[in-house]
Amino acid sequence: MSNIIIEFKDVYKSFNGLLVHEGINLSIRKGEIMSLLGGSGSGKSVLLKELIGLMKPDKGDIMVFGKNVTQMKEDELIKLREHVGMLFQGAALFDSLTVFENIAYPLREHLQLTEKEIRERVAEKLRVVGLSGIEIKMPAELSGGMKKRVGLARAIATEPDIILYDEPTTGLDPMTAQRINELIVELQRKLGVTTIVVTHDLHCVKTVSNRIAMLHDGRIITVGTWEELVTSNIQEVKDFISSTICV
Amino acid sequence: MNILLSIDVAAKKFILSVGQVTLLAIKGFVGIFLPPFNLKLVLREIDNFGAGSLLLVDLIALFTGMVMALQTIYGLSMYGAEMYVGSVVSLSLVRELGPVMASIMVGARVGSGIAAEIGSMQVTEQIDAMRALGASPIKKLVTPKILAAMITLPLLTVTADIIGIFGGMVIALFELEIDRTFYIDSVLTTVTISDLLSGIGKTVFFGALIAVIGCYFGLRTGGGTTGVGRSTTITVVTVSILILISDFFLTKLFLVIF
Ligand SMILES: Nc1ncnc2c1ncn2[C@@H]1O[C@H](COP(=O)(O)OP(=O)(O)O)[C@@H](O)[C@H]1O
Ligand SMILES: [Mg+2]
Repeated sequence: MSNIIIEFKDVYKSFNGLLVHEGINLSIRKGEIMSLLGGSGSGKSVLLKELIGLMKPDKGDIMVFGKNVTQMKEDELIKLREHVGMLFQGAALFDSLTVFENIAYPLREHLQLTEKEIRERVAEKLRVVGLSGIEIKMPAELSGGMKKRVGLARAIATEPDIILYDEPTTGLDPMTAQRINELIVELQRKLGVTTIVVTHDLHCVKTVSNRIAMLHDGRIITVGTWEELVTSNIQEVKDFISSTICV
Repeated sequence: MNILLSIDVAAKKFILSVGQVTLLAIKGFVGIFLPPFNLKLVLREIDNFGAGSLLLVDLIALFTGMVMALQTIYGLSMYGAEMYVGSVVSLSLVRELGPVMASIMVGARVGSGIAAEIGSMQVTEQIDAMRALGASPIKKLVTPKILAAMITLPLLTVTADIIGIFGGMVIALFELEIDRTFYIDSVLTTVTISDLLSGIGKTVFFGALIAVIGCYFGLRTGGGTTGVGRSTTITVVTVSILILISDFFLTKLFLVIF
């Protein structure tokens, strides 16, 4: 299939003898929103980091835009990262820099823009996440939800084709979570961004994703739509769904 | 058997980390000569390292000089040579005590600061974010810190030398019947340029050492905020030990060269 934009092929990864990935196989289509479920410590964040070459799998291939990330040199990785935005689990804003400089960071690294263009781009992205005018604030002055949204503005600053969200709504109040879910869908609808969302938020999974994958014991044990997921016969999937719905 | 095995594992780990530190040092050092150059980052680090350490280093130097003078006067008076206190104090300060004291103080303060800064960036995924946004942590963090420490530490040492010699003079004037010009003359006739350079030269190396070790332990911080505490502690210990050990070899080397 030619519309596969990301593909994990038999990926293995371990840390000091602890096996995290034991043969991950997963394909993601251009323009879809794929939610990734899995218990904590199951290796979801590691999977996203492997995708942009922040971590290297022990074995296996990861194809993005038809190129093998595991074989890329640092300068090729940097070029790739211009087209893949990532929202980190804790937002990971640079706390020594202002909101403005945080969002301008990827622009300065990747693109040759004038100061004026950078200012306009930063203002535009802040408007997208609903936080206009907070350029001069420091990350420490922001609430958790604002940090996540600034992190999102930073991730979309270079207008990437793929966006990775690592638990975008975890720890946020329902209103803010809802707003972020809407943003995820909006970005996909308007710009056709291919999206992977790591999440525990089943409401979010149900409303935003086209397909859902579940990571368990180092493997992807199921991939499918929400309907397929809730009617799944796989015991781990049933357990996961029932335990999360009760909370 | 078990003991041998754990020694084997420890030795392998140690050799591996020596390899990693060396690699980090090479990458960071090479970065000094590769564009784009980020002067602003280097200046900020110099300001941070230098301004923050100046008072500390000079205070220590003042008291070291004073104590040195007291002890030297006591020792030399056995031979009736106490008026040469200036020569002995200045030579030991300039060649050895100034550089090593300043380096250990700066090593503790700046080294732990670097490890804490980079370590907390590591555990909050800021290092990952930096790379994800197209930047290199080596170029943005390691290289500027190495360069700044290599510039700042020698300058701090010069001030420490001067303040230390001054401290010695204060004691000499109080304890002995000598005047200021005699003390200063004895300093100036004893200390040569090569004494000064061999002392300062070592601190250029110590500066790089402090920055590299701080960055190394900072970057390999794991395990949340407690990990940051561990990294800073191990940085201070490692830096202090390495300064004293490498000081011996550098001194030997400089004695051969000069
Ligand atoms: N840099 C690392 N060094 C060692 N172990 C790691 C590292 N990153 C992740 N791990 C381990 O890998 C496992 C999966 O982590 P992660 O992908 O963060 O889980 P999650 O699914 O909750 O995002 C965990 O057991 C974690 O301890
Ligand atoms: Mg995670």
